[in-house]
Amino acid sequence: MSGHVAPKSLYYLIFLALMIGTGLTVLVARFDLGPLNNIVMLSVACVKALLVILFFMHVRWSSRLTWVVAGSGFFWLLILFSITMADYMSRGWVPGTLR
Amino acid sequence: MPDGRAEHFPGPIHQPPLAANVDAIQPGVHAEHAGHPKLQHHFDDMEQQVEASTLGMWVFLVTEIMFFGGLFMAYLVYRWANPTGFQEASNHLNVTWGAVNTAVLICSSLTMALAVRAAQTSAPARTQVGWIVATMVLGAAFLGVKVIEYADKFAHHLVPGPNFVWEGHYPAAAEIFYSLYFCMTGLHALHMIIGLGIMAVIAIMAWRGQFDSHYYTPVEVSGLYWHFVDIVWIFLFPLLYLIGYHYH
Repeated sequence: MSGHVAPKSLYYLIFLALMIGTGLTVLVARFDLGPLNNIVMLSVACVKALLVILFFMHVRWSSRLTWVVAGSGFFWLLILFSITMADYMSRGWVPGTLR
Repeated sequence: MPDGRAEHFPGPIHQPPLAANVDAIQPGVHAEHAGHPKLQHHFDDMEQQVEASTLGMWVFLVTEIMFFGGLFMAYLVYRWANPTGFQEASNHLNVTWGAVNTAVLICSSLTMALAVRAAQTSAPARTQVGWIVATMVLGAAFLGVKVIEYADKFAHHLVPGPNFVWEGHYPAAAEIFYSLYFCMTGLHALHMIIGLGIMAVIAIMAWRGQFDSHYYTPVEVSGLYWHFVDIVWIFLFPLLYLIGYHYH
């Protein structure tokens, strides 16, 4: 059948990267870097999620259609976040419009 | 022929294909495909079958992304409104337990990937079951740590409601934070419990020798679910446990 069989060494490598990412997140969180704290922690989390999706979930070797479907979920999530925050963050920008 | 089955018959048709005769025709249809016993008749071949199952699972996972996405949205709005209050509240979560649980879940994702690989490579049933059981043990360990943490929150009056007590500067924000904490980790824990149930079924199927390199769709699809639950935790851990860590 189809189904790409990845070598075990690749899985161990991804595992190692995920563990290092976790350690890095905890380490960076100990220091007060201002807004950089959030940027670093979310960037590391996104890279970790991407590694899991691409390799553990086999999307790397899946059809284009699977790429589109998987990507669409995160794309709609981005729309949810950006439009909702655009509303909340812009309230009161025009004087007298907040309540 | 309304259903198009006649094309599978090389010779003249002796009987009209009435509904009662469909069963008699089916074997011929299957012989045409020369398929695996697990191949359902509405798919052309095993490749198309596994493709359809994987895609269907991904569509389900997209609905799951939106399901958890609503909670992440709520978190984002309230944290944006109470940035300092959320940091203060986050400080009462135990970072060590959170980090341990993150490591446990990443280990379980590795054993899950190896379970799928064992089925893909037609490994012996005991090898397949071994990896699946290892995944379940790690999943149970995660839930065990969660029980310890939840019990601690109850003991310290950190459960939102009439008994919620907060000594810090932002009691209202802290109560919102802990509401979100219990909703998000609770929904995640529920997914873990469901995942353990799924893995129990998969382990039995693997034990009966149902999976090999030609057919391993149930392991593959359950693996997708398990990894998804891991990804949710990858985001929950820093957002809930680490946002106020540098005040320690």
